[in-house]
Amino acid sequence: MSKKLLEVNDLKINFKTYAGIVQAVRGVSFELYEGETLAIVGESGSGKSVTSNSIMKLIPQPPGIYAGGEILFDGRDLVPLSEKEMAKVRGNDIAMIFQDPMTALNPTMRVGRQITEVILKHNKNVSNAEAKDRAIKLLDLVGIPMPEKRFRQYPHEFSGGMRQRVVIAIALAADPKLLIADEPTTALDVTIQAQILELMKDIQKKSNTSIIFITHDLGVVANVADRVAVMYAGQIVEYGTVNDIFYNPRHPYTWGLLGSMPDLKNNVKEELRTIPGSPPDLIHPPKGDAFAARNEFAMAIDYEQEPPMFKISDTHYAKTWLLHPDAPEVPIPDAVQQRIDGYLKEAEENGK
Amino acid sequence: MANKLLEVKNLKQHFGTSSNPIKAVDGITFDVFEGETLGLVGESGCGKSTTGRSIIRLYDITDGQVIFKGKDIHASKSRQELKEFNREMQMIFQDPYASLNPRMTAGEIIAEGFDIHGLYKNKKERRDHIGDLLEAVGLNREHANRYAHEFSGGQRQRIGIARALSLNPSFIIADEPISALDVSIQAQVVNLLKKLQKERNLTYLFIAHDLSMVKYISDRIAVMYRGRIVELGEADEIYNNPIHPYTKSLLSAVPLPDPLTERKRTRIQYSHEETTEEIKVHEVLPNHFVYGSDNQIKKWFK
Repeated sequence: MSKKLLEVNDLKINFKTYAGIVQAVRGVSFELYEGETLAIVGESGSGKSVTSNSIMKLIPQPPGIYAGGEILFDGRDLVPLSEKEMAKVRGNDIAMIFQDPMTALNPTMRVGRQITEVILKHNKNVSNAEAKDRAIKLLDLVGIPMPEKRFRQYPHEFSGGMRQRVVIAIALAADPKLLIADEPTTALDVTIQAQILELMKDIQKKSNTSIIFITHDLGVVANVADRVAVMYAGQIVEYGTVNDIFYNPRHPYTWGLLGSMPDLKNNVKEELRTIPGSPPDLIHPPKGDAFAARNEFAMAIDYEQEPPMFKISDTHYAKTWLLHPDAPEVPIPDAVQQRIDGYLKEAEENGK
Repeated sequence: MANKLLEVKNLKQHFGTSSNPIKAVDGITFDVFEGETLGLVGESGCGKSTTGRSIIRLYDITDGQVIFKGKDIHASKSRQELKEFNREMQMIFQDPYASLNPRMTAGEIIAEGFDIHGLYKNKKERRDHIGDLLEAVGLNREHANRYAHEFSGGQRQRIGIARALSLNPSFIIADEPISALDVSIQAQVVNLLKKLQKERNLTYLFIAHDLSMVKYISDRIAVMYRGRIVELGEADEIYNNPIHPYTKSLLSAVPLPDPLTERKRTRIQYSHEETTEEIKVHEVLPNHFVYGSDNQIKKWFK
């Protein structure tokens, strides 16, 4: 097994607002190994972006509060670090790719400068000319044609997909060990999205970077992830390898997410499964299982006591009382099961 | 076959100056049949939203004809005729945050249509109808007195749908109605649109860039590229048997929630080939149209 790069233990993040304290992240734990991709999925407001921003310590304080837990990067806890120490970690060790390439770049600076700025800041003994050389190589690496010419252009001269490539080049400028990508393709067209995903996988192969990939698109998850964490109401509710999550989902929320995507392959024209209602208010998180109110399989205990993480296999965990030995057997809903069977059958046929 | 509700003939919509026009839509022709859903897909900038907005008269078209129920929409009309037309055709917009007036309550937003068209005589009748519409889209009657910011994204989109339904239209143009919503909420809105279609015999033009949802909701799909429709046919046919290389490339880019196939998938790149030959629409299979020159079609369709 490769080396453990990041370990997050029982992380809690709160925000102080006029209405009260919002518990955005309520005890999240996960780990990340070298060279692997962990996808965090969930709806808006589930705490996935707050989790990733907190690893970079980008949560403004106030109103944000690190209410508990630790973030161990290479064995060092990032939570107590000062802003000055953190500045060394950002870019050098951990870099971030933001969602919207239109706003992530400075419109008044040439693209080249935005990349060399990062290189010069993190390496005191690099000359300007060397930095420029490296920046052009980076532009070339992320697949921007004519990098020498592009180096001197402004962000408005780039298309959306090209801008996202520039953002990736900036993130890679200081050779980070961990890349956090917060919905990097949501603002892009499907064809451009496919190119960017391919590019990220390519880079990962070349430099053995670890990636945390945040998205709400399960199709994208299936494409990039090694392991998946499903988040709901500030907690991880299911955690496993990509095959565990897609072919053997155990949490009713994961069933809901999978069921709400139209099934193109098996050509079912029935109604989409939806998750009724909307996510809970995190100022007053519900007692017991936060998903209970939207869960058609909820039991009495769901409203009383929060479920622990149940172990399904060495790699697969889910936080639902349905996995308790005393719980009634609830099979995966038919529509979701049919779809999984269809996929597996096809994979088998292709394998022959 | 059902009746043609809408016929678009050689529609052109150019912007900019006449010496340097931007050809957002450059000569497209298609029909929409009563009770069906026609999906219009393509990447950003291909002209799909412009097409929708031209059909509903938000733009003055450059050339071509749009015929709705046998009448040319863009021909000059009296106020009376215009009102009549506006009642028949409505639009649902992409961004549920930007498309609702923050100073109006949900009830006022929905009732604006009745007030303009003078459909209700007394307040009670008007209030009842607002309540009925809110219930039809899965909200409560009490929501009529709330302002837009008090609703979530999915609920706002429901208000947008209720507004579109308020005048009992027969044709609705939905311009990316779900792209701004979360996956689980998308499913709710799509189910709602399907249910309303069944109940009210609506016809939809569903504009989106997300091929998977389009395939799910549409009876037929039109694929747009650079202001032209490059392929049009039954949804299953387009999905299972694409002929134009652009459609193939677009389909190969849609990620599916299936890791085993995703890992092995190869994307097809599309490079636009210019040709000097005459380009026109060919019916390669029954009801399956592809846009290209004779030689191109021969090459693509083996």
